[in-house]
Amino acid sequence: MADKIATREAYGNALAEFGEKYDFVVLDADLAAATKTGIFRKKFPERHFECGIAEGNMMVVAAGIASTGVIPFVSTFAMFAAGRAFEQVRNGIGYPHLNVKIGATHAGISVGEDGATHQCNEDIATMRTIPGMTIINPADAVEARACVEAAILHNGPVYMRFGRLAIPTLYDASTYKFELGRGVMMSEGKDVTIVATGLMVHKALEAKELLKNEGIDAEVINIHTIKPLDRDMVIASAKKTGCVVTAEEHNIIGGLGSAVAEALSETCPVPVLRVGVEDQFGRSGKVPPLLELYGLTAENIAAKAKASIALKK
Amino acid sequence: MEQAKLTMLKEHANNIRLGALEAVYSASSGHPGGSLSIADLLSYLYFAEMKVDAKNPDWEDRDRLVLSKGHTAPALYAALAEAGFIPKEDLKTFRQVDSYLQGHPDMKHTPGVDMTSGSLGLGISAACGMALSGKIRNKDYRVFTILGDGELGEGQVWEAAMFAGHYDLDNLCAFVDWNGLQIDGPIAEVMDSTPIDKKFEAFGWNVVMIDGHDLDQIADAVENFKATSGKPTCVVMKTVKGKGVSFMENQCGWHGSAPNKEQYEQAVAELTANN
Repeated sequence: MADKIATREAYGNALAEFGEKYDFVVLDADLAAATKTGIFRKKFPERHFECGIAEGNMMVVAAGIASTGVIPFVSTFAMFAAGRAFEQVRNGIGYPHLNVKIGATHAGISVGEDGATHQCNEDIATMRTIPGMTIINPADAVEARACVEAAILHNGPVYMRFGRLAIPTLYDASTYKFELGRGVMMSEGKDVTIVATGLMVHKALEAKELLKNEGIDAEVINIHTIKPLDRDMVIASAKKTGCVVTAEEHNIIGGLGSAVAEALSETCPVPVLRVGVEDQFGRSGKVPPLLELYGLTAENIAAKAKASIALKK
Repeated sequence: MEQAKLTMLKEHANNIRLGALEAVYSASSGHPGGSLSIADLLSYLYFAEMKVDAKNPDWEDRDRLVLSKGHTAPALYAALAEAGFIPKEDLKTFRQVDSYLQGHPDMKHTPGVDMTSGSLGLGISAACGMALSGKIRNKDYRVFTILGDGELGEGQVWEAAMFAGHYDLDNLCAFVDWNGLQIDGPIAEVMDSTPIDKKFEAFGWNVVMIDGHDLDQIADAVENFKATSGKPTCVVMKTVKGKGVSFMENQCGWHGSAPNKEQYEQAVAELTANN
């Protein structure tokens, strides 16, 4: 594995890189240093617009810009993009299906020390309820870069979820091919399917190793596009293994686990156990102990995998 | 302005009022009061000011209108029908399940609607985005938006006002329909948004106060907007909610209720007598 990089860093770099090739503007709400849109601003100051601490207005300003045929990227923390400004995203962007790209950073518990008010564990849930919204939660810096270009090329609103924490790079940038709406088969297996997203993908791969030591052959799938979900891949894997574990840095309500459970309950009902934040608020702390405290670990994925296997008929 | 033009604009305004009432009456639902109070402004914008093309509603360089007070869609639809964007007979389908004329404006399905609106406070932000986009691409289109006085209670209006002032959006003109009434009563009792002029001035806007039913004053205000550079313009229009229909004027109850057959016929008779 290469150096650890935060997906927000890759996002800022990608904006600056693709700013050469594509015509778009970037809006931020007084967080450009943290969301990393500041990297873009340094290169293209005339295409970066500070909106101040007014996220609701920023979202609908972006809608107005998009209505004139220009693509806006809009960035703030996930809590304020998908939480505070939910109604503006829903009515201002989602309902008219405008071509706005929301780059939400600082998603999940791995925000760390800032604590519960800034740890957004519900953004996937709120964004999933907006018809026509595409949701991407990349697993590493390579995927984060690729999803920015995919968002530009996709016509319609996109919500991208980036993290603050530097995480391992899983993919080789020179060979990785990102396909919107398609899961990535990380490692095949036959006993249990682990469907993971975001920073939990590398933990799922670690869990596979833990399970291997116990003679269990786990399949690991990376779902970067949570909506539309790659139902075909999830269903085919569930049919093969007969049981599933989901893993996400998000509330177990409404996120990837819910999306997978909904798809499978309608097509091939098998046990689905969910690893995620178990309907609690976060708290301040260093990230490693926080991930331990909330069960966002390879060990917990492995334990849930065994429990899921035990539920198989 | 010259008499012929004034007569023409008054006739269009009257037809917009008739069309809005027809829509609300047909639907047995909708918002007549605030539709009638902006009819004169819509007449002026569509028939004396805005660069728009009914045959090419998505024309890239057109002037834009965002009805931030989206609940008064009946007036917007009636204006669009009057200006040839949509067939007049379609006004009867307003709010019906198989109609493209939604209860609040829907840009995806109605030609001439520049922005989806209805959730109060959002429209002015969208108008800011359109104006900013025009500025950065050196387009010379203008953006007009219409707000309600009750709508000014939404904090987002002031976020947008700050944004427009900060970015010197002199291609943006916001009209405030100051009819003094909101759903629960007079704005002075529910939530007093006055002094409206001083608030916008404090946010860096050029502000003009007019009688929103006087077409000459509307024309002067728009000329003032066009002559102003370096800041957005807010036109605070004193209006009469329900204007033109005697029993609806200044009546809070006509904010969001439809006339019955007898009331509708009386309203049509009063307005037709004006033509």
